[in-house]
Amino acid sequence: MTPANPMKRRKDRIDALAETSAAGGGTTVLEAGSIDDKPGVSLIASAWQRLRRNPVFLLGASITLVFVVLALISPFIAPHDPAANLLIDQVRPQSNPVPGPQPGFPLGADDAGRDLLSRLLVGSQQTLIVGVFATLFGLAGGLTLGITAGAFGGWVDALVMRIVDVLLSIPSLLLAFSIAAIAARPSQITVIIAVAAVQVPVFARLLRGSMLAQRGSDHVLAARALGVNQRAIVFRHMIPNSLGPVIVQSTLVLAISIIDAAALSFLGLGNPNDRQPEWGQMLGRAQKYIYDNPQLAVYPALCIIVVALGFTLMGESLREALDPKSRR
Amino acid sequence: MARFIIRRLLQMVGVVFILSLLLFLWLRSLPGGTVSAILGERATPETREALTRALGLDEPIWVQYFKFLQRAAEGNFGASTRVLPGADALDIFLTRLPATIELSFFALALAVAIAIPLGYISAKRANSPVDSGLVILSLVGVAVPVFFLAFFLQYQFAVEHNWLPVSGRQDSLGCTRVTNFFVLDGLLTRELDCTASALKHLVLPSLALATIPFAVIYRITRASVLEVLSEDYVRTAEAKGLTARVVRGRHVMRNALLPVVTTIGLQTGGLLAGAVLTEKVFNWGGIGNALADAFQYRDYSVLQVLILAAAMIYVVINLLVDISYAVIDPRVRTR
Repeated sequence: MTPANPMKRRKDRIDALAETSAAGGGTTVLEAGSIDDKPGVSLIASAWQRLRRNPVFLLGASITLVFVVLALISPFIAPHDPAANLLIDQVRPQSNPVPGPQPGFPLGADDAGRDLLSRLLVGSQQTLIVGVFATLFGLAGGLTLGITAGAFGGWVDALVMRIVDVLLSIPSLLLAFSIAAIAARPSQITVIIAVAAVQVPVFARLLRGSMLAQRGSDHVLAARALGVNQRAIVFRHMIPNSLGPVIVQSTLVLAISIIDAAALSFLGLGNPNDRQPEWGQMLGRAQKYIYDNPQLAVYPALCIIVVALGFTLMGESLREALDPKSRR
Repeated sequence: MARFIIRRLLQMVGVVFILSLLLFLWLRSLPGGTVSAILGERATPETREALTRALGLDEPIWVQYFKFLQRAAEGNFGASTRVLPGADALDIFLTRLPATIELSFFALALAVAIAIPLGYISAKRANSPVDSGLVILSLVGVAVPVFFLAFFLQYQFAVEHNWLPVSGRQDSLGCTRVTNFFVLDGLLTRELDCTASALKHLVLPSLALATIPFAVIYRITRASVLEVLSEDYVRTAEAKGLTARVVRGRHVMRNALLPVVTTIGLQTGGLLAGAVLTEKVFNWGGIGNALADAFQYRDYSVLQVLILAAAMIYVVINLLVDISYAVIDPRVRTR
């Protein structure tokens, strides 16, 4: 359990997750053949049975559901246009940079006189977009690298995985900062790319590890014995069985991306255009008024914390449920 | 053992090689290219051309890479453009390093001191309300953006209630500087008020910086103790009537702490990333501060020296962790 490699912990965590796919995926052999003649239960079915009763999972899933629904309907329920400078008359840079709560504006406005509540509501949309796209791009990059390494094998595999390991050895937030700094004109897209790029090596290692772990597993051996060709084994048997760990990792990455995006904004590497609000951006930009008007930072921060916690609770309980060791 | 160390050193050379290549490619892809990166945007065409030739940017790319390596080996990264205009980038790093080491040390010590006992308690009472509460607390710790927590602590304890200093490393007491580790300096020169002031300034930034390592170390300790508790030798130890203290100290913790030690070592890299955010909030004046400013104002000479140094420190710590691990656990050496 202790490979002598640099970056042990992070790699170990990824590898341990990868192995759950080999141990769990499709292996109902034992149960089906057991003497007490109970019908075999698939991993996913048994995981779901346990998840349904797990309060931690239910809490995480409810938070996530509320967040997604909010992101979808927020433009229709927001009391004001989040980009309209409605209270700009009350913004006086010297004496009163931020208008306070008042009728019609329960949370007050920001430094450009825009309704804070509306910006928080509509902000869920861009926040979800950042999280989802960062995760998808990270996954796509990781999938490409992982499959390339796995398919070519030999020195291509060695080189790709070496680079992946080096990238994993750089503190991830620092890597995100460095990649965001390449952008000549920062925007929402460069933020997503920077945050996603950090996850590419994670997903690459996860997928390759999962495939390696499955190579020797019973279901792949069975498929090979039946004469299934290599490509079908990879795409029909190995990749679907890697889905469990990938889903677990993705829920965790959703949370990380949203938090990382906020850190980018804080350092001025985020999206400078704030007509379309995003929580991380709102939080990052609130630093100017943090002592006199902390509410500008506190509300988006609370939103981020709750949503990130929701994703994390869901991801952690999924990991536990899919781990064959906890299956009894 | 010697063979193990040599093999790991060789692996490290490979890692450093790839790192330098990535850093080189990164510098070349920065907006405006290397010349703007060094001269800034307001340079005249003549100076640009002179520097292009001086840096050998008209030469083939592999020659450029070689020269980049040479400059890096000589510690010549050019002068800072924005963070501290005119100062040598390497000097900025060296003078600011003690501040960051001091902060990281206290943050990590705090995290370890809280996380290991709590991890043990959690594992001992797995699935009790106490355990669930602690697990959720650790997850909340990870979900809170570090710089927000830093602002929150600063606002609560320094701005609202004047209990602790708002920012900086020390009050201006005219303290003598010896090592630039302010806590240590005060002790060395017997200026105890200096040490006291430095310690007071350390409280809030350390707390902010400690949350993530706390969460990680806590969870590893909990998982590791849980695993060890189910081992036969623990049952045997209890069955033969050893006191709870001996079982805890000799049988459980000694075995459970192995992966925890690795994790602690590896948290140092994450600490640096966290330090970028924490130091900026508390205006700490360490390399995290310099990195934040360098990113914000795009000071590329400072960036390259800091990132290379950060990565190198991380690689070396990795190596030390691996070696210490091999010393503690002989099974590792054969891998």
